[in-house]
Amino acid sequence: MTDGRATETIVGRGAKDGALMFRDWFQAMTGAPERGEQAAYVFVMGSLAELLRVFDFHTVFPEINALQTAVRRVAQDYLSTAEDYGYSPDICGYVKADVAMQLRGGEHPMGRIPRPSLAVYTNACNTYVKWAEIWERMYHIPIFTLDVPGSRAAGKQTWPGNADFENDKRYVAAQLKELIAVCEQVSGKKFDIDKLRETMGHANDMSRAWKRVLELNKNTPSVFNALTDGTVYLGVANGFRGTAAGSAYFKNVVEEMEYKVARGIGTLHEEKYRLIFVGVPCYPIFRRFNEMFTEHGGAFISSTYLWFASGGTNLGFEYDLSRPFDSLAEGVLINVRHAMDSMFFQDRTLLDMVEPYHVDGVVFHPIKSCRTTSTGLADLRRTVIESADVGSLFIESDMMDKRVVSEAQLKNRIDAFFEGLATRKQLA
Amino acid sequence: MAYAAGVDVGSTQTKAVVINEERQIVSRALIDTGANVVLAAENAYVEALKDGGIREEEVEYVVGTGYGRYKVTFGDTQITEISCHGRGSVHMFPGTRTVVDMGGQDTKAIRVSPSGEIVDFCMNDKCAAGTGRFLGAAAAALEIPLGELGVVALRAEKPVKISTTCTVFAESEVVSWLGKGKKIEDILLGVHQSIVSRSLGLMRRVGIEPEVTFTGGVTRNIGVVTVLNEMLGFAVNVSEESHYMGALGAALFAMDRIMAGRVPA
Repeated sequence: MTDGRATETIVGRGAKDGALMFRDWFQAMTGAPERGEQAAYVFVMGSLAELLRVFDFHTVFPEINALQTAVRRVAQDYLSTAEDYGYSPDICGYVKADVAMQLRGGEHPMGRIPRPSLAVYTNACNTYVKWAEIWERMYHIPIFTLDVPGSRAAGKQTWPGNADFENDKRYVAAQLKELIAVCEQVSGKKFDIDKLRETMGHANDMSRAWKRVLELNKNTPSVFNALTDGTVYLGVANGFRGTAAGSAYFKNVVEEMEYKVARGIGTLHEEKYRLIFVGVPCYPIFRRFNEMFTEHGGAFISSTYLWFASGGTNLGFEYDLSRPFDSLAEGVLINVRHAMDSMFFQDRTLLDMVEPYHVDGVVFHPIKSCRTTSTGLADLRRTVIESADVGSLFIESDMMDKRVVSEAQLKNRIDAFFEGLATRKQLA
Repeated sequence: MAYAAGVDVGSTQTKAVVINEERQIVSRALIDTGANVVLAAENAYVEALKDGGIREEEVEYVVGTGYGRYKVTFGDTQITEISCHGRGSVHMFPGTRTVVDMGGQDTKAIRVSPSGEIVDFCMNDKCAAGTGRFLGAAAAALEIPLGELGVVALRAEKPVKISTTCTVFAESEVVSWLGKGKKIEDILLGVHQSIVSRSLGLMRRVGIEPEVTFTGGVTRNIGVVTVLNEMLGFAVNVSEESHYMGALGAALFAMDRIMAGRVPA
């Protein structure tokens, strides 16, 4: 194959294949009830897909279903349905879109979402707990809380071998045993350790590749847009975790990124400013939001969203397949803890990225309907601008609700941010 | 002699300023923006040219700013009003480190470096609380001309506490205070204190460092200036030109471009 043809085939493959896999995934969910297959509702921060796949559950991510309604510009219909039903405008937009979807019998722009047989969630987000209780009341299903001890103190986490870590791991392992019993009861299938080892092996491939992909954006020009391309990769990282298809997909993404690095193929015609995004994307105007940066030559080279919304798997932690159950507890503890730290204590990580990733600016994006990811951003921003010579922008909107997204106001602030970055470069 | 112009198309009013090579204001114009933004920009520019007796071809560069900056169709480039208010303020008051701009629909706090670089900025979000529109709502409810609001407010002896920050609800709150028999001046001072307090919140976010320069249409309200000085504990910089600060900043950027394009002799 000539280099030109190889470029055509490889560049953009991750985004294209990801979109196709996504469609297939929703189709598989749509047909699940007819085939007598069960669905487990899970969340991006600690999905436990590796374990749930052992019992052949479809993993359904209500957060992803919800954000898809915003990307496809129908979120307002769903939010209105939930608000007409009695939910306050101030409640998490993801929750409301999901409630509306449940009230509409699973109707979704990408297919039909099956009812849950079980819901599994961690304490990484406080809303998860109340959200699952809604399904418990709606469907009378078992819901399972996995309480993961988060360190809530970046840089002071304990690691395997430390007595505190081993205690925390035993605490997580005990809960996983309880979860296995619940899964056996709901699915009617016996736990199979070899099947677990297999799904964990696929998850290892994916975590290794995900870490590699994120690190490849140290290169100039950056090889993927962390806000747009990154979100597609993230969708596959969640929906296909623990599967051979997911593992193969990420091998291809690594190959694509390495190919682009070797040939200096970037995401923009001219990459003038390298930016990190902090927070959750503005899905109601997803593409336009990004364009408001790229039209100034701003490239998002990383995003904290790709850390916490991948359940902390960006750390690249790999399970020890010789002791699968023990290592699963270890991995869940490390990854979910990292997801929490990626929402609350990103300062050290962000500051450590400034030099190796050649960062010019950090964009903080608090969103109205998510206190969990937004509350600490004002403090974080102060720390970053006091400790590093980078520009910063603080813009507020929402991940679901277009009523609180003002494109003109966003653009005004973004334009001013780039004017500031240009002045900085002139003065440097 | 080359001239440079700045046209600031705001939500309520459009301002145009022309400066000479010494960066002095030679003419200015102010008109209501209205529904036709393109026309407003053109009219303000033509008025400013007329005011200074300047021919259009003498103006070498025009910068558009404000929300309607992309509607300044005859402009050579666009720069946000955030940068322009910062630049204009440092030019007029070189000791400026913080700028508070109160316009018709937004209020912004800007921290600037001695060179006029924008260090940080913060604006009201998707809500007209704490902006000129808030005063407009109170003026409508009390049937007092906008230009007299500040003077009347400063006659107050016992200002009421306006609890709402919502511009829409401000009107009904004002009416309810009237119903309780409160004096108009006491209600008005409460309104002024409410918007200044809201603006101070924005200023604190970027950090209040003297000198503070006050810009935008609301600078013409003596009540707001007085309350702002009282709440800050020191006097802000304000002048007759404060209303034109965005347009002035735009004109200064335009002059920079003219000078940068000249081949040294």
